[in-house]
Amino acid sequence: MRTRFQLGVLVLSVAALAACRQDMHDQPKFIPLRPSTFFSDGRSARPIIEGTVARGHLDEDTAYYTGKDANGKLVAEFPFAVTKEILLRGQNRFNIYCTPCHDYTGSGNGMVVQRGFRHPPSYHIDRLRNAPAGHFFDVITNGLGAMQDYSMQLTPEDRWAVAAYIRALQYSQEASINDVPAAERAQLGQGAAK
Amino acid sequence: MSQIFHHTANYIAKMSLVLLAALLLFAGWVMDRGSRSDFVTRAEMVREQPVPFSHAHHVGGMGLDCRYCHTSVEKSSFANIPPTKICMNCHSQIWLTSPTLEPVRASFRDNTSIRWTRVHDLPDFVYFNHSIHVAKGVGCETCHGRVDKMALTWQQNSLQMEWCLNCHRNPERYVRPREFITTMGYQPAGDQEEIGRKLVAEYHIQNPRTLTSCNTCHR
Ligand code: HEC
Ligand code: HEC
Ligand code: HEC
Ligand code: HEC
Ligand code: HEC
Ligand code: HEC
Repeated sequence: MRTRFQLGVLVLSVAALAACRQDMHDQPKFIPLRPSTFFSDGRSARPIIEGTVARGHLDEDTAYYTGKDANGKLVAEFPFAVTKEILLRGQNRFNIYCTPCHDYTGSGNGMVVQRGFRHPPSYHIDRLRNAPAGHFFDVITNGLGAMQDYSMQLTPEDRWAVAAYIRALQYSQEASINDVPAAERAQLGQGAAK
Repeated sequence: MSQIFHHTANYIAKMSLVLLAALLLFAGWVMDRGSRSDFVTRAEMVREQPVPFSHAHHVGGMGLDCRYCHTSVEKSSFANIPPTKICMNCHSQIWLTSPTLEPVRASFRDNTSIRWTRVHDLPDFVYFNHSIHVAKGVGCETCHGRVDKMALTWQQNSLQMEWCLNCHRNPERYVRPREFITTMGYQPAGDQEEIGRKLVAEYHIQNPRTLTSCNTCHR
């Protein structure tokens, strides 16, 4: 009788241990995107209450954070010094977020356009060549016509980097052999010969 | 009184002990294999989704970069499932009348969430972080397989502790240069071990001792 009792306890406690497993697997905490029954929209992540400013995000520099000066006019020049690092970052982000439509050269024949999206204007038209730098920042931040905004996917720093890279793309299409430093011209010929 | 059991019964009794041991071993083996099987780890199992979103179309066909949708994969532990707005970047114009996309449009109209079914789900007692892996040159493909060929998403690897440790012990077998993080079908330009060892040094990947200590993943 006694051994049966011990056996019973053993079996029950093993069963109890097995049951613990799932509790630790699915803990009652919120991980990103886990739904909540508490809020009516079912989301556990809450939007920021209107008017709140996160620490360090006062964003007083309107030229930098909106691409417009105090009078609401688009800034003509980049409000920071454009360095090689910034251009490389811009190239990286441009290739991820913009090439699906604008393609790698900016002429606007990306894969999505080939499947029926509206054809964007080429970056290499006079209107966009002469457009103020702030225009590109503004289009990324607020969208334009058929193009949605990319403010969710790109931080202000990245938006400026992309804008700077678009400028570089524009210059690249007008470049002539005289823009290449004399020392490196020989390399160009080699590349073509290969 | 004659004997109840024939004398071969001794033999049978002994054999049955051996048999029992063999049976137990076999059962252990089955359980061991079983716990690693795809059925238990749910690997290679296609999950139904509210919208039949196809990575094969969007990544394989159109060449979208993973980060176009999985925006936070470089910066945070969580890779992010794209909000409806990102789908609407394109689907505000293309496949406008497709009935398969109706849940996406409804979600955008009513500001409700699409309830995607989770494909990967580590237990909550495991700490995993995407950003560190991406920053140190572990490609999406290494852990998630050829996503660009998946019409519906499935989990490629077991995600068991054994699998994590296998790489944490020998990262040089898997790491690739950072610029190929999201590349699918990556081929190392030379001997993987050699390139891997160079990258482990260059990216300052910690020693296996640290990477396999329990509190790296259970914290
Ligand atoms: C889904 C396709 C798509 C993507 C991705 C896209 N664009 Fe566009 N873009 C367009 C279309 C379409 C237009 C033309 C809009 C119109 O005139 O209705 C456009 C226009 C523009 C213009 C020209 C505005 C003008 O004055 O005519 C700029 C600059 C631009 N996009 C920048 C970008 C940048 C930077 C990115 C990446 C962050 C990007 N786009 C990503 C589709 C796209
Ligand atoms: C057009 C947007 C888009 C792109 C680009 C994209 N994904 Fe996804 N991904 C999604 C959506 C939506 C889901 C959720 C539905 C599903 O699981 O299929 C998802 C799910 C996943 C999941 C499973 C998540 C889970 O539930 O556990 C993985 C892994 C994944 N994507 C990896 C990738 C990789 C790797 C790439 C790049 C090669 C990529 N994705 C590119 C939109 C995208
Ligand atoms: C960069 C543009 C782009 C984005 C972003 C995008 N799609 Fe698509 N999607 C397309 C294109 C183009 C097609 C047509 C497929 C083809 O021609 O290969 C398509 C096709 C589809 C189809 C198949 C439609 C049908 O009727 O068979 C579904 C479903 C779909 N997308 C869902 C989504 C979801 C969900 C998202 C958001 C996570 C998304 N897409 C984001 C461009 C996009
Ligand atoms: C070291 C292996 C590893 C690498 C590299 C990796 N992932 Fe993951 N991924 C995982 C694991 C493990 C999970 C499950 C996480 C969980 O359940 O908490 C996951 C989950 C996801 C999810 C579901 C959402 C989430 O974060 O839980 C998406 C989407 C995803 N990965 C996309 C990507 C993309 C895109 C890349 C490449 C930029 C990538 N992953 C690289 C292992 C990896
Ligand atoms: C293909 C290789 C690979 C796989 C698979 C892998 N990891 Fe890693 N993991 C790495 C590398 C490389 C690092 C970077 C180490 C460093 O920072 O020095 C890392 C770092 C980490 C870190 C951060 C370590 C720290 O010091 O903070 C955590 C946490 C982690 N991994 C968890 C996991 C978990 C959990 C899994 C399984 C679900 C997993 N990893 C699977 C390669 C991998
Ligand atoms: C590289 C990351 C990593 C490290 C290091 C690690 N674990 Fe784990 N551990 C995991 C993952 C992932 C799981 C979940 C496995 C699963 O879901 O099957 C896990 C699960 C477990 C479980 C639960 C098993 C179960 O079936 O529920 C235990 C216990 C455990 N680990 C103990 C340890 C101990 C002890 C150490 C140190 C010696 C350790 N782990 C180190 C990643 C790790």
